[in-house]
Formats: sequence, structure tokens, C-alpha cells
Amino acid sequence: MSISARNVSKRFGDYAALDCVSVEVPGGSLTALLGPSGSGKSTLLRIVAGLEQPDGGEVLLDGVDATAVAPQQRGVGFVFQHYAAFKHMTVRRNVAFPLQIRKRPRAEIRERVDALLELVQLQGLAHRYPAQLSGGQRQRMALARALAAEPRVLLLDEPFGALDARVRAELRSWLRRLHDETHTTTVFVTHDQDEAMEIADTVVVMNRGRIEQVATPRILYEQPSNEFVMSFVGEASRFGDGWVRPHDVEVALAPDERTREALIERLAHVGPEVRAELVRDDGERVALQLSRDEAERLELAPGQIVYVRPTRTTVFRDGV
Amino acid sequence: MPRRLALRTAAVGYLLVVLLGPLAMLLWRLEEEGIGRAWSAVTEPDTVHAFAVTLEIAAIAVPLNAVFGVVCALLIVRRRFRGQGVLNAFVDLPLALSPVVVGLSLFLLYGRTGWFGPWLTAHGVQMLFALPAMVLATVFVSLPFVAREVVPTLRELGDEQEQAARTLGASGWQTFVRITLPSIRWAVIYGVVVTTARCLGEYGAVAVVSGSISGRTETATLRVQSYYENLDQAGAYGVSLVLAAIAVVVLVLMTLLKPRQAAA
Repeated sequence: MSISARNVSKRFGDYAALDCVSVEVPGGSLTALLGPSGSGKSTLLRIVAGLEQPDGGEVLLDGVDATAVAPQQRGVGFVFQHYAAFKHMTVRRNVAFPLQIRKRPRAEIRERVDALLELVQLQGLAHRYPAQLSGGQRQRMALARALAAEPRVLLLDEPFGALDARVRAELRSWLRRLHDETHTTTVFVTHDQDEAMEIADTVVVMNRGRIEQVATPRILYEQPSNEFVMSFVGEASRFGDGWVRPHDVEVALAPDERTREALIERLAHVGPEVRAELVRDDGERVALQLSRDEAERLELAPGQIVYVRPTRTTVFRDGV
Repeated sequence: MPRRLALRTAAVGYLLVVLLGPLAMLLWRLEEEGIGRAWSAVTEPDTVHAFAVTLEIAAIAVPLNAVFGVVCALLIVRRRFRGQGVLNAFVDLPLALSPVVVGLSLFLLYGRTGWFGPWLTAHGVQMLFALPAMVLATVFVSLPFVAREVVPTLRELGDEQEQAARTLGASGWQTFVRITLPSIRWAVIYGVVVTTARCLGEYGAVAVVSGSISGRTETATLRVQSYYENLDQAGAYGVSLVLAAIAVVVLVLMTLLKPRQAAA
């Protein structure tokens, strides 16, 4: 099912959470709403689900105006950051809830719940209560529950934000696989650009209640439409009139006519790469990323003076 | 260390003097006056009737206030509307107002010269000196307890589970019955127990509006008063002791319920 939001605005008191936002999500896609906290991404998702009413604008589901439709009639599955598990029900009853509400026959409910629990690998824990589950297990239960009613759209509000890094990575790739199998239109909110870039087909970058850019992860990184996107999606440092990515900076031990002098302030060994923070002679900071081999060859150390040259810079004409 | 001990002694001593002392006295005096007389007072038809009236009033007032309390708590916690602060404050009014004042205002409202009195009399409805006014008075004084128990529980619960239920296809009523109510059930039960205790013990407001007619509009607490006024102390002690026994049962119930509520 396709989703389109047209000129959606929402204020909370004096604060404009969404400022005339329009976005199209094609049916069957996996879309990320990416932005810093307070950018309005969760509000937009909640408006699509019907959990929040917009002050202005409309939401269309499959081309039909759904702005005034109650959440229970929208056919959406919603997954909350803090799971929203029904604490007084077992895992099985949690997952069965939407089916019981729809008064499906018992045998069908049992069969479907079994299949869903297998899908999220919670078969053995069906009779536990949410309090007896780990965070990752609770969120898998919430996913199974959201999928039980066969929603036309799956909406996830920072679904993995409260989980530790390893579980998050697992669930991330699980969600991508699920989408590849079912092709349910999926929209998830995240402030983690890695998460957005890794699993989404399309990323909607939001900032201060507005949409900054809608693009594939690759285009977003390579052709950011403005300075906000450049610096929010992936790391970037200012260099002269333009911006440079940490891996687009060359380091030399001797100066030439195109290099700038810089002091290595900090070095960090992160897995296969070495990251450095440099301060240029004019006081500007530059982030730098090298392979281990290169860092060793140059014998870089904190406090050392080096000479840097960008290999590729991006210049925005209407710089902020 | 001695300071902590002194504090503890003071707290326990206070409880003994203020709460347990009078109760012990009741038992002791009963022994002195003769248990036989007390027992015959308790089993007298008018006393039995008085207990029946008390139970009847509680049976009407408690369910009414349970429903009202839950609805009120939902309005206070889950909705945003004009006059919410006023509602929140007014729920507590019966705690601040003396029951006698409540009784008197009901008397003025439904009396022969009151706002509703003449109209009701014309339509053949007997409010004062009858069960309706006694129920009304009891409902008034026992109104806050369910709401006061449920409000903090609802706040702590948050509304995410309710939102989830809505997105999963549940209507507002289904969400309430299947999600909200089970989540607040211990708070509701606890509130109902406290409300029941308050209803059984109510004296002041009911005293003003009932007329205390033996065998008709006399509740158990009014019965104690009438025995006492007639210098039948053994009778007064006997009925009091039954009320005190009920209080102990309620106390035990509350102690049993409190940990479950904390866990829920």
C-alpha cells in the first residue's frame, strides 16, 4: 500500500513539530525517516498511523484520504520503541490479540500465532510474560503482534533504539529479510544513519519539522542536497568553501603547494580503520579516516604535524 | 542509633495510644458490662435491620463510586480538556468537607424549601428520612477513594499499550476492557475495599439526612449512637465490636492486596 502525506503540519503548543511536510512512500518499499531528535520524524509516523491528528494537510493510504480514519481501521501495524507489550498477557496472547479482536476462529488463531512465533523465533517462550523476556525478545514479540493482522503497512518508531548494539544489528538484518520476503510497505523512524543506510531502499532526511532530502542511501551520501544532509548523513568537515568526507583527505608528511598544515589531536583505532581528529593551522577541525596500513606507513602519532589535501570536496552554492 | 530507636518507639506508641487503645478499651468494657447483654443487643431485630440498611447502602454506593472513580481517573489522566483541574480538585472535596456539612447541604437541597424538595415531593419521591438521601450522602463522602487509587496507577502505566491496542484493531471500548482495566485491576480492587470501609463507617452525613428511625432508617453506626444515648452501653459496645471486626477484615484485605498492586 502506498502512503502519501500532503502538506502535513502539526504543532505542540508553540513548537512546530511538522511544517507543511509532503512525502510519497511507494507501495512495497522499505523507507527510513532519518533525523535528529525533534526533527518531527516520529510525529509524521504517528500521523500516518492515526495516533496523532495533523493540524493541517492530509494522509492518503493507497490514494484514499485516511486523515479522519481511526487508527484501528487503517490497516497499519505499529511497533513502538519501548515495545508496548501487554504486560498482563503471555507472549501467545499478545500475538493473538489482533486476531481475537477480529473474532477469527480458534484453530486459525492457533495456527497463525504458531507461524508468527516461529517467524520471530519465540516458539519456546509462548507461555512467558513480557516481564520474563529480554528487550530483543520483547521487540520480536511486538513485531509478531504487529504482523498478526496482516497489515498493509508496517510502521516502526525507533524500533531498535532501546536495544544493545549486537541485538540491534541482528534485528536490523532480520527486518530487511522479512521485507524481502513479504514486500509489505514498511516505514521506520531512526536517528541512526547507519541503520537507515543499511536497510532502507529510500531514506527521508528530516530536520526541524521539514524534509531535507529524499533519496537512496547511495545518492544521499554521494550527492547530499545541502549542508545539513552532508553533515548529518556520514561524517564531514568543512574545508575552504566546501565539505570533505573523512576518507577523501590525503595525508602527507611533507608540504606541497596544495596542502594545508594540521596537528593530529587524537587517533582512534576502530576495527579495520584508523580515525584521526586534526586541527588545521586556521583553527578548523578536520576528521580523517585511513586504513591501518597507511597509518602505520606514515607512523602517525598524536601531537604530530602533518599536511592534508582533500581529494574530493562538495560545495553548496546556497551554503547556510 | 538511640535516636532511631526513640523515633520508632514514638511512632509505635502513638499508634497504640491513638488507634489500638480505644479498641482494646472496647473489648475490656464489653467484658465488664456483660457479653450476654451485648449479644442480645446485636441480635435484636432493629440492630439486624440496621446492619442490613448499612449493607444495602454500601451495595449501591460502592459500585456507583467504583464506576465513577474509574471514569474520573481516565478523564483526569488520559484526556486534555477545559475544567480538568477543577474536576481533579473537586474529586477531593469530600475529603476536605466535614460529613455533617455534606448532610446539611443535602438536607437543604432536598428539604421542603430546597431546590429539588418540592418538585420531588410533588412527584411522590421521598428523599429525606429515607434510603435515597442516605445513599446520596454515603456516595458523596466515599467518592474520592477509587479515583485516588487509580489515578497514579494510570499515570505510571502510560498510554502506549492502549495506543498499541488501537493500531491492532481494538475499538475504544475493547481497549478499555482488554488492556486498561486488567492493568489497573488491583488499584480498582484496593479502591473498592477502602470505599467499602468508608461506606460502612459513615456516620455524620447519614445522621443528618436519615432521621435515625429505628427499624427503618437506622444504619449500624446510628444504632451505636442510639444505644449509647439510651445509656445501654453494653448494646453500644456490642454493635461497635461488630463494626470493628469488619474493619479488621478490611484491614487484612488491604494488606493482602497492597503488595499485589505494587507488583502489577
